[in-house]
Amino acid sequence: MRIPCPICGTRDRREFYYQGAASMLDRPAAEAPLEVWHDYLHLRDNPAGGTRDLWYHASGCGSWLVVERDTVTHEVLGAALVEACDAD
Amino acid sequence: MRIDGKGRVDRTRPVTYSFDGVTRTGLAGDTLASALMAEGELLLGRSFKYHRPRGVLTAGSEEPNALVTVRTGAQADPNTRATVQELYEGLTAVSQNRWPSLDFDLLAVNNLAAPFLGAGFYYKTFMWPKAFWEKLYEPMIRRAAGLGALSGAHDPDRYERAFAFCDVLVIGGGPAGLMAAWAAAKTGADVILCCEEPEPGGRLLSEDEQIEGRPALDWVQETVALLATRDNVRIMTRTTVTGAFDQGTYGALERVAGHLPEADGLPLECFWRIAARRAVLAAGALERHVAFRDNDRPGVMMAGAMRAYLHRWGVVPGQSVAVFGNNDDAHRTARDMAHAGVDVVALIDSRHDAENRAGDVPFYPGWQVARAHGGKALEAITLRAPNGRHEKLAVQGLGVSGGWNPSVHLTCHTGARPVWRDDIAAFVPRDGAVPGLSVAGAARGTFDTSGCLRDGAEAGLEAAQALGFSGALPHLPQADASPYRLRRLWAVAGKGRAWLDFQNDVTVKDVKQAAAENYVSVEHMKRYTTQGMATDQGKSSNVAALAILADATGRDIPETGTTTFRPPYSPVAIAALGAGAQGMGFAPQRFTTSHKASVAMGAPMIEAGLWYRPSYFPRKGETHWRHSCDREVTMVREAVGICDVSTLGKIDLQGRDVGAFLDFVYTNTFSTLKPGRVRYGLMLREDGHVMDDGTTARLSDKHWVMTTTTAAAGEVMRHLDWVKQAFCREMDVRFISVTEQWAQFAVAGPNSRALLNGLLDSPVDDESFPFMQCGPVTVGGVEARLFRISFSGEYAYELAVPARYGASLFDLLVARAEGMGGGAYGMEALNVLRIEKGHITHSEIHGRVTAFDIGFARMVSGKKDCIGKALAARPGLNEDREELVGLRPVSAGHLIAGGHLFGEGAEPVSANDQGYVTSVGYSPAMGCDLGLGFLRNGRARHGEKLRLVDHLRGVDIVVQVTDPVAFDPEGGRLRG
Repeated sequence: MRIPCPICGTRDRREFYYQGAASMLDRPAAEAPLEVWHDYLHLRDNPAGGTRDLWYHASGCGSWLVVERDTVTHEVLGAALVEACDAD
Repeated sequence: MRIDGKGRVDRTRPVTYSFDGVTRTGLAGDTLASALMAEGELLLGRSFKYHRPRGVLTAGSEEPNALVTVRTGAQADPNTRATVQELYEGLTAVSQNRWPSLDFDLLAVNNLAAPFLGAGFYYKTFMWPKAFWEKLYEPMIRRAAGLGALSGAHDPDRYERAFAFCDVLVIGGGPAGLMAAWAAAKTGADVILCCEEPEPGGRLLSEDEQIEGRPALDWVQETVALLATRDNVRIMTRTTVTGAFDQGTYGALERVAGHLPEADGLPLECFWRIAARRAVLAAGALERHVAFRDNDRPGVMMAGAMRAYLHRWGVVPGQSVAVFGNNDDAHRTARDMAHAGVDVVALIDSRHDAENRAGDVPFYPGWQVARAHGGKALEAITLRAPNGRHEKLAVQGLGVSGGWNPSVHLTCHTGARPVWRDDIAAFVPRDGAVPGLSVAGAARGTFDTSGCLRDGAEAGLEAAQALGFSGALPHLPQADASPYRLRRLWAVAGKGRAWLDFQNDVTVKDVKQAAAENYVSVEHMKRYTTQGMATDQGKSSNVAALAILADATGRDIPETGTTTFRPPYSPVAIAALGAGAQGMGFAPQRFTTSHKASVAMGAPMIEAGLWYRPSYFPRKGETHWRHSCDREVTMVREAVGICDVSTLGKIDLQGRDVGAFLDFVYTNTFSTLKPGRVRYGLMLREDGHVMDDGTTARLSDKHWVMTTTTAAAGEVMRHLDWVKQAFCREMDVRFISVTEQWAQFAVAGPNSRALLNGLLDSPVDDESFPFMQCGPVTVGGVEARLFRISFSGEYAYELAVPARYGASLFDLLVARAEGMGGGAYGMEALNVLRIEKGHITHSEIHGRVTAFDIGFARMVSGKKDCIGKALAARPGLNEDREELVGLRPVSAGHLIAGGHLFGEGAEPVSANDQGYVTSVGYSPAMGCDLGLGFLRNGRARHGEKLRLVDHLRGVDIVVQVTDPVAFDPEGGRLRG
């Protein structure tokens, strides 16, 4: 698998650390009800198809990326800096 | 036997080798298989299950039979295919799976028991009695089964891993591959051509064909020479592309030194990861057998292989041969063998309407071979006429062709299924099966050379054009365009065992039996019969097996489907995949600047993550680590000790908003910290559990330095990057790891200030440098940082210098300390010192504890948000928990980390578990063992006596619960 890092270019996935769903970007407000925090921490979609994941370019520039890919075809559709994007 | 004037071997260069202990002579250019065939040796191995004698079936990497062990001792390499092992001076090979010898194998008795050993035999037979499985059946089966054996010794050979990148990867060096490489290279694209054989040419090496009116190999040589002159082309021979992966990543195994008498510094093999923007698969096709009774006798081989042995190595299996096929291609074998002067006694074509294309040879259209005769060598065949009459012919070799299967394997590695083509009775790759990969030549069912050349040229050009390169289709040379015609024939009807999978001994009957027992899915049939599950992955048997399954279940072949093709295409040694990762190569080693000095002082070095740290520094007369450890602890408490703490993570943070950023990542407040001051901080994960702890110093208004634990340095850096980039984008904060840029030493003990003041360019005192103070100092003119912090709980400093001064500073500090009754101390002493003080490490903050558990609930500030704060307040995380406590033994015996705590009268079973011990050490100051651990509601239970039990190590003692801080609970010593 190869990931197009917007800063370093396309690199082998071994340079990256995988975190999980990009919904982690959508951090609830401090005072949000516990149920909202529970959803944020524990509940994940398990899509057959398009997905947005967080990857960290650990052996590269140190950027956190949102990688869009397809869990069925394994196609990597693109990657953007976390600094430049929002959660779903 | 060798045929004069044939083959590409060098008849002037004899090569000496040994097989089963007998010294023999072959020729340069031979494979082990061709050299043995030249001497009339056709018996090369025994089959897996029945120990039937087996000979060479193919001339390539798909070989199921001729598996041998090459080289000896620790270097022995089992299951090497004799058909691809190039001969070299001194090569040693032995046959496998036979005892006592290849010629006389006692386990061949299995062959007589064959009626009982059919499909599913193991499943049905070894079911009961249950207890027999472990003691009797499994050991027995393990002894009887299996191919070659590993040496069991450490592999002394060197292997490598490497990466390569290209625009167009061409897989296969035959006519299609060469044309694809040439067409792509002409456009200027970077091309890698991988070729499994020692030289390009593919099938042309094994045929007698013309291109542009001249021998085909002249064209091959000219094309290779043209490619070799170009800077944008790399030809990799002896390199098998073994797998296709996502985003144009391909795995390839290069056999670097396996054909050389001496590796001479070269690795034996190199595993490549090739990142290709586009790829062309031109892997050719593999010929398939026809099943008939005893079709596994040594001397029966693929018709195409028989031609290959003749044209490449000038060898034939005997004086008289026959050829049996269901297609025109088989006729070439009869023709070529007759041209070479071999007695072709019959060309048998199962098609009644076939025309003889082999010239003057006895032709049997519509006939079939019903049986092969002989034991360790083929002696005769029985033919069956269309009217059922039988005729027996004496032969020494039989070439068989059931047609050709395109090598679709790589196109299926990412999940695609191949498509059935009725006209060639074979599976071909599905279009777009692997993104960026196109297929050319025989691999997509184009079998004539002319078509392969055109296919390759078009695919190579298209691949380059898709990447933006431009060029024209190269000149297409004139070549053979004979059509490939066949009529399907999978098995010849009749009694007896007709073999499909030679390596796993699966017969036509086994497949039919699987179907009869309702294993009708091809994947079930495969597992029930083990068809296709051996090291050759059924390359020559899969299609016939599923065709027979289709027939037995009344379905057509596309409906029956194929089993799954998975990487690798051919076996790859684990040693090659994991090259470099043996022994100390398994993980990188990180050394501190004091490493050499510590080793010179005799300190045993222990791993701390990737770092190596001194365990203790033994002195003369100390015979046990505890002697050294106790002395070092006392030294720190009473004089002064030096410890390298450089392995702690150090993160340099700069910007206007560092304080606000730290407020968000730490539970406690940092924005109020004054320049020149240090604060202890606690970091949570978002789920409310403790991630890490450490001190952060504010060097100046906008410049801070954070320390993390050694264990969590990488995790904290990743976390800070996450929090900054995801949630604190607007903040003016920049940070970077400086762990390796600064060497840092703890100077701990009552004499620490005196020691430092002998070194620093200007002395410090308690007033200007109180506890938790930090600031710039100079040591011998070198700018350094001084921190008044203490992990030992002693009056202490930490002094940091740029790493290049670390080694000399350590020497200086240790020498001064020794002059003051102290010295260096290691991890063991450090551990005791911090246990005495109840200071936590990742033994305590192991991922399942909260701030509440370690007694730091009040460190979670109520005035601000921070990572983990919301979920740390969840029900269940702040009441009725296992809380940090101190422990001391009351009865005889030692505390033990990992032991569990039970009520004094309770039975030590998990239902009664009250907590567990995380850290222990002997405290010279307290004169007893001290421990830290977690105990249910432990803070309210100080003074209580409990039972500490470790069932595994046989410990059962009584302990008393205490406050975690055992030594100097008021902290008077560290404040001075």
